[in-house]
Amino acid sequence: MTDLAERVLEGDPRAIARMITLVENNSDEAPELMSRLHKKTGRAQVIGVTGVMGAGKSTLITELALEYRRAGKTVGIVAIDPTSPFSGGALLGDRIRMMEVSTDPGIFIRSMGTRGMLGGLSGAVFDVVEIFDAAGKEIVIIETVGVGQAEVDIIKIADTTMVVLVPGLGDSIQAIKAGLMEIADIFVINKSDRPGFDLTMAELESLVELNVQAGRKRTPILGTNAKERGGIKELVEEIKKHYNELVSSGKLDDHRRMRYETELVEIVRKRLMNLIFDEAVFKDKVDSLVNKIEKKEMGPYAAAQEILSRVLK
Amino acid sequence: MDKKIRVLVAKPGLDGHDRGAKIVARALRDAGMEVIYTGLHQTPDMIIQTAIQEDVDVIGLSLLSGAHMTLFRDITDKLRENDMEDILVVGGGIIPEEDVPRLNEAGVRGIFGPGATLDDIIRFIKENVKR
Repeated sequence: MTDLAERVLEGDPRAIARMITLVENNSDEAPELMSRLHKKTGRAQVIGVTGVMGAGKSTLITELALEYRRAGKTVGIVAIDPTSPFSGGALLGDRIRMMEVSTDPGIFIRSMGTRGMLGGLSGAVFDVVEIFDAAGKEIVIIETVGVGQAEVDIIKIADTTMVVLVPGLGDSIQAIKAGLMEIADIFVINKSDRPGFDLTMAELESLVELNVQAGRKRTPILGTNAKERGGIKELVEEIKKHYNELVSSGKLDDHRRMRYETELVEIVRKRLMNLIFDEAVFKDKVDSLVNKIEKKEMGPYAAAQEILSRVLK
Repeated sequence: MDKKIRVLVAKPGLDGHDRGAKIVARALRDAGMEVIYTGLHQTPDMIIQTAIQEDVDVIGLSLLSGAHMTLFRDITDKLRENDMEDILVVGGGIIPEEDVPRLNEAGVRGIFGPGATLDDIIRFIKENVKR
């Protein structure tokens, strides 16, 4: 078998799939392979799609992917769903809405569980973006979990972040609460045929207006009806405009630096956690410390210090 | 290594009954597996492409239409053509007793009809997953 990294660079789907599994599983082989792939990255345009559950993100992404395919571009999609904190399992169902593109060799879809990562992403998502990039995918689209809260990490990885809302449901109000307002490069109100569209549009417009008066950029708002392919061309145009602005203003480099910084910190965090928690003796140690806390012989901070001092010496 | 068993649960062909498949998908998730559920009316090619991209360890096929001999075998043939025999294939649905040996021979390792428990399915997958 030829080398896995080589095959990823050639765009071999089996190799891409296997490489993603290796990074998801924190395999020992992954770091060296990823270092080699990293040298060939930096070309892909990364689009983040976040927003409330049921907003139609998967359908919208499918239509976006088809539009990029019509323009002759190859597309990688990462669709993230929550991992159950109880069983560690996950039900990954985003592909149901992406069936239209499932046999197009120019589109690669990968479903991922969050596996304990907060913020609507999966821990391996940085690696997956690099793998798609190295494999020559020109467009990479990331779909976040979609709980409508704490989804803000997407801006650390995407060049352009879209926040998808739907008419009614009071979502625009939720959006401000959850901090989604600040992270949007583009607002999309999907299901524009639904009643309440005009009202949601008006609400969002006034929020954006407040932002503008506060000296911030005017975030564009687009209506789409992904199921009927309405507004998709305009959305692609808007994404292109945003990306071109990033490139011409030099902000794209800032974005990429933020991504690398986040990834670097995340790797260190993960390694450190493993160092602390993977020790075979750790469970016993915790048990004995919990006993001491229970008997008031020790406070939780002192107990934590005891664990940390063993690792940090 | 934090390996998780990844399972594709798919409904091939013209069969609109997905309650069983959904219940199995949930049970597998609750058993700690990552389950990719793709919905109804899957062609064998769609199933193969999804299995490749998602790098699954197991494919679970559900079919109640009676076309299992054709469709299940079509899928296992395509898996062989693509060198993907290391994927464990299991099937469920309304499958007559006499079809089971022939399906086993075709590469569908476990067959679960009405009466099979969720625990049976989970145990079979955990014991027979090849990678």
